[in-house]
Amino acid sequence: MAFTTIGDTNAARRVEDEIFRQGRDLKGSGFRVLVFAALGLSILILLVLLGQVLNDGWSVLSERFGDFWSGTLRSRSEDEKLGISQGLVGSFWIAVFVGVLAFPIGISAAIYLEEYAPQNWITKTLDIAIRNLAGVPSVVYGLLGLFLFVKLANDGQSSLYAGGITLAILVLPIVVITSAEAIRAVPSSLRESAYGVGATKWDVVRSQVLPFAAPGILTGTLLSLSRAVGEAAPLILVGAITGRLAPRDGSFLTLDQFDDRFTAMPIVIVGWVQESGRDDGFAAAAGAAIVVLLGLVIIMNSVAVLLRNYFEKKRG
Amino acid sequence: MADISTWPDPIGVNLRSDPLSVEALAGPRRRAWKEAAIRGVFLCAAFISIVISVLIVFSLIREAWIFMTGVEWAKTWGQNGWFPRNGLYDMPTLLVSSLIVTVVAMLVAGPLGLGSAIYLSEYASRRTRSFLKPVLEVLAGVPSVVLGFFALFFISPQVIERIGRNGWLVIGAVVIVGYLAFVVTWARKLVQREAGADMATQIKRVLILTALVATALVLIWWVNDVAGSGDPESQDFFSVKRSGQLAAAAVGVGILTIPLVASVSEDALAAVPKELRNASAGLGARKMTTTVQVVLPAAVSGIVAAFIIGISRALGETMVVFMAGGAADAALFTSSPFDGGLTMTAGMASLATGTDNVVGEGLTFQSLYFVGLVLFILTLTLNVLAGRFVNRVREKY
Repeated sequence: MAFTTIGDTNAARRVEDEIFRQGRDLKGSGFRVLVFAALGLSILILLVLLGQVLNDGWSVLSERFGDFWSGTLRSRSEDEKLGISQGLVGSFWIAVFVGVLAFPIGISAAIYLEEYAPQNWITKTLDIAIRNLAGVPSVVYGLLGLFLFVKLANDGQSSLYAGGITLAILVLPIVVITSAEAIRAVPSSLRESAYGVGATKWDVVRSQVLPFAAPGILTGTLLSLSRAVGEAAPLILVGAITGRLAPRDGSFLTLDQFDDRFTAMPIVIVGWVQESGRDDGFAAAAGAAIVVLLGLVIIMNSVAVLLRNYFEKKRG
Repeated sequence: MADISTWPDPIGVNLRSDPLSVEALAGPRRRAWKEAAIRGVFLCAAFISIVISVLIVFSLIREAWIFMTGVEWAKTWGQNGWFPRNGLYDMPTLLVSSLIVTVVAMLVAGPLGLGSAIYLSEYASRRTRSFLKPVLEVLAGVPSVVLGFFALFFISPQVIERIGRNGWLVIGAVVIVGYLAFVVTWARKLVQREAGADMATQIKRVLILTALVATALVLIWWVNDVAGSGDPESQDFFSVKRSGQLAAAAVGVGILTIPLVASVSEDALAAVPKELRNASAGLGARKMTTTVQVVLPAAVSGIVAAFIIGISRALGETMVVFMAGGAADAALFTSSPFDGGLTMTAGMASLATGTDNVVGEGLTFQSLYFVGLVLFILTLTLNVLAGRFVNRVREKY
């Protein structure tokens, strides 16, 4: 815009407008609306998704809630014994595998990288390996599990431990990265004061670093646990059962099922979605199973996020 | 000076004979052993990640090598589809579908993710941010099977099939909106120009404006007419496969990728120093000018990284395409997003699903690993590239 003379009242008014009347910055408000719409649309999609799933699964959850929990994989959607118990048991054990394998190893690796590792090529290689592992598509981990635990170790038979170890390997880099971040946030003055009174490295790690980093580590482990519980692709590759799976006798805690065929919550959902092409009722069952799975995952994630926000606020 | 050798021994270390030796400060040897052992345990834990990386590469290459040396290469290129159980391993079928899904997914995730990042980082107040960001994190935690369900039962019938049915309407709407935006900006410019022009120019302007508005009206009428003609059930503008197509799966993948693009871009925007924004504001720039011409260019390599990571994620996403991609365990070659198809990932999943063993002709099992190796190399390249871009931001500020 060109203004000819300062004395031009028209131009003077416009300058005043430009400076003081923010409301007339049409382009600016348009841009603001646009970027807000991007976030708003993302949130709207989430809401529509939740609504759709609830809507589809509601009939099953409200009519036969108890049977649905204790039921098993069936071939007809009208079957009264159709349910998710096998999926819940599978997912429970997968979570145990992740907790027992990925958490201790991942946190130890993070401690090594942050507290012990010298600046050399080995540390650099470790760092590169972990960063790149975190970006490997989950289906490739499934290929690894299929090769190692199904083809080589178990003669082509799929098993619960193959699925569990595969998912533990899948979340390991995530556990390492989030734990390392939490440990990095520990102020070095804490370490130095501990060294000053004669603590050894392990004393410092055990009594200063880990307690301070604990909330951050816990957040990371919870997020990776919910990732493992929701993950389906690697389990499909190692041969989780999508169709029919004979119900097991005995408690879901018996250990002999590790060598047996298995399924998990996300796999149950995939199986029912596939069946819905043949039998409409399975879509509703899948919706109900998703409500249960989403409930689990969202609870874990929310606890993790709330925990992190709480400690961030507390420590300023 | 006092003679320390005459002092009493306070802590059990023999100060009298050797006042400040290294041994005295190092403590008992057992403690050093324990420290070394603990360090060793942690090192082993860290080393497992290298072992896993090696195992992944080894298993992929070993089985893929059997495939590559055993397969007739003519069967991997230029065939009419991906039928692994029958010995037809047409890679272009999978690659083109992967490309379609990735492009459409990024058309969704790119603008929405970057827009969300800009809003959260530049516009949102602290309170709004602390409320809205966790919502985005919930979206990040939604399992991909849920998006697969949503893509198949909502996006496919409600969005993609509608676009297919009313293709003209959609194209027309885009053209009309774009055209109207052009007319409005042009008219605004005309009005803003000084009023002192002569009569002839004035008339000319009015005439041009009238012509523009008239063409807009004609456009609207034409689109309305074309879209309204014919039976909507039988005359699809695009031929759309029912219940599940690549486009629906791609939109689902895109939704999954939004939070990732948003969080990496937001980190990049947050890394831009406040001084740049203040300097820009001090020069009289408006908020939008500052954001678009100062903050975004300063953060550009981080945003590029966000998009590359998003592409890599979309390329590796399996379940959404497997469930909503509209193809079972084999797929014909297609280049239309409105068709059913298998991406590299979905191809692997569908081959492995249902049974304990992958059944088919001799190399069917190995073909899984060949596709896996191609996918692994592609995503690894993208991730390394993204890492470079992220480091560039870090070095700059």
